[in-house]
Amino acid sequence: MRWVCIVFPQLALDGVLRQRPEPEQPLALLAGPPQRRVLQTVNAAARALGLRPGQSLTAAHALTKAFACVEYDPVEIDRCQQLLAAWAYGFSSQVSVFYPRALLFEIESSLGLFGPWPLLEARLREELTDLGFRHRIVAAPNPAAARVLANAYDSLAVADAEGLQQALGPMPIDRVGIDPQAATALSRMGLRTLAQVQALPRHTLARRFDAGLLRHLDALTGQRPLALDFYQPPDRFDLRIELNFDVQSHQALLFPLRRLTGDLAAFLCGRDSGVQRFALHLEHCDAPDSVITVGLLSAEREPSMLFELARGRLEQVLVAAPVHALRLLAEDLPVFVPQRQDLFDERPQQTLPWAQLRERLRARLGDEAVQGLRFHADHRPECAWLPGSDSRVCPPLSPVQRPGWLLNEPTLLAEQGVQILLGPERIESGWWDGADIRRDYYLVRTRAGQQGWAYRTVGDSAGLWLQGWFA
Amino acid sequence: MGAVVALDSLFNGGRVWKGRPAAPPASVHPTGLAALDAVLPSGGWPEAALSEILVAQQGVGELQLVWPTLARLSAAGERIVLVAPPYTPYPHAWQNAGVDLRQLSVIQADERDALWAAEQCLRSGSCGAVLCWPRKADDRALRRLQVAAETGQTLAFAWRAMGEAINPSPAALRLAVEPHQVRVLKCRGGLAHPAPIALASGH
Repeated sequence: MRWVCIVFPQLALDGVLRQRPEPEQPLALLAGPPQRRVLQTVNAAARALGLRPGQSLTAAHALTKAFACVEYDPVEIDRCQQLLAAWAYGFSSQVSVFYPRALLFEIESSLGLFGPWPLLEARLREELTDLGFRHRIVAAPNPAAARVLANAYDSLAVADAEGLQQALGPMPIDRVGIDPQAATALSRMGLRTLAQVQALPRHTLARRFDAGLLRHLDALTGQRPLALDFYQPPDRFDLRIELNFDVQSHQALLFPLRRLTGDLAAFLCGRDSGVQRFALHLEHCDAPDSVITVGLLSAEREPSMLFELARGRLEQVLVAAPVHALRLLAEDLPVFVPQRQDLFDERPQQTLPWAQLRERLRARLGDEAVQGLRFHADHRPECAWLPGSDSRVCPPLSPVQRPGWLLNEPTLLAEQGVQILLGPERIESGWWDGADIRRDYYLVRTRAGQQGWAYRTVGDSAGLWLQGWFA
Repeated sequence: MGAVVALDSLFNGGRVWKGRPAAPPASVHPTGLAALDAVLPSGGWPEAALSEILVAQQGVGELQLVWPTLARLSAAGERIVLVAPPYTPYPHAWQNAGVDLRQLSVIQADERDALWAAEQCLRSGSCGAVLCWPRKADDRALRRLQVAAETGQTLAFAWRAMGEAINPSPAALRLAVEPHQVRVLKCRGGLAHPAPIALASGH
């Protein structure tokens, strides 16, 4: 059991449905030239209305008008497959998109990390359901067999060669991935199952059919390796959701936004990286895009957190013109370092780590709202502090009297009733940067009993200037 | 039938002995002021609750009251958040009081956002202590802070004007700080000690 094949039976439809807030509404994908539009696929609700794939649009409209139409876009399908490959890259380093509408990946080397196969399978199913894709999962000893078995089975796990032969043998000959012409010819010869074909002498098959048939039969049994080129995740994330009508309210943008951030999180999880900065483009019909930049202090990839932050930024922006598409662009993808957590944490379960809390505060209050505080070695009180956090422990400071609060601007102290407790302490500094001061500082007590820190500029007989409180 | 005595005045006067099922456990958050610890029913700051500190004006030792606690929390690696402080904290003084400045975060916000930010910090449970200075907080806002402190198991301190002493408050502890002394106005789980407690003067 080494290879997993996940088949997406309705990838095109799921790719469209997952971008819509109400997937239960009837929907049909259209293809074909403008003269003859044909229904390519329909969802269950549309099927209940009597719509069938292959019907012409005119015939469908004659039946009912109550369904939505979306263009069937092969590029979009390809993009969905790339996204799924990026997701699968989180489970295996050997991911292939060799077969259309299917993912292949090697799993045996990952089982040590993700647990036994039933556990991993449950997890794959859960995550795919969250992403909104219907799927069939089969595990088999080789990739070709996995793909073929996925045609007929779901959640089948074949462990060894005998089991594989038992599973493959009864498969009908037109479902095992053989070239259709050859399959028709074989069935006309009375060979209905794969086991019957495999029982034939090889040289007779080689004489009657081209070499591709034998190659495929050997690949199915694992005697001949299938050459696959493996998926490499891109270095940037770019996803666009086109809305099916113009939107001017924030509320209507939240669903596609949740999808975008969820996809971004799945992509980041696969690449084992985080995102530090991403941009949301609101595309307008006849105006340049509105760009909302979301910056984070550290690399993150929690889907709910990314959504909440993007939402916080989005809600502050005034949507100027109707939006017809939403695009998420992330270029800066640094390595994700998970937060260390104590095993015996006395905090309650719903605790929010400080990094996430800080991002939430910054999203609402502004980038500069949350700051650390650090000591700066300068005698002038107004220069003795800096915003920002120190990486090292602050060295022990001289035990002089300094107030706990520093006023933003010194204020003139009414002279009467003020009692000088201590001082003067001369602070004379700053000749090098133009902010030269020469002050005598006093510890004073007001009539109300407050203790303050006030100064008098040397050579100036004006009153005392209060600069801090000994709170 | 003699003179009718209000029950409250008996209790508050300390003249009626009330039986307690068990002695309260030692507090995990001593105030650092032994005389104050002795009169508080929990032996220190009420755990996971809001403590209100009322001051008539700045500069009467209202920060010295919490510095020992902040020093202990920051040494244990807990984060201390100051939400919209009225002035700039002077790092020299805070460092000399034993507070590890690396654990200190200052949030600048206006009055309405400050209450929101304080509530978020308390609720998150990732901070050791949250200090705020609400100016126009009503009973409902304070109750929200109190509930958030309970949810996040965090110490909350709110400094308010002395004039608020006449209004009821949901805080678990209310202290009035005057020059060189502190009075307990209310403490949950016990009688408020009527006599003022001398505040150790730093000067």
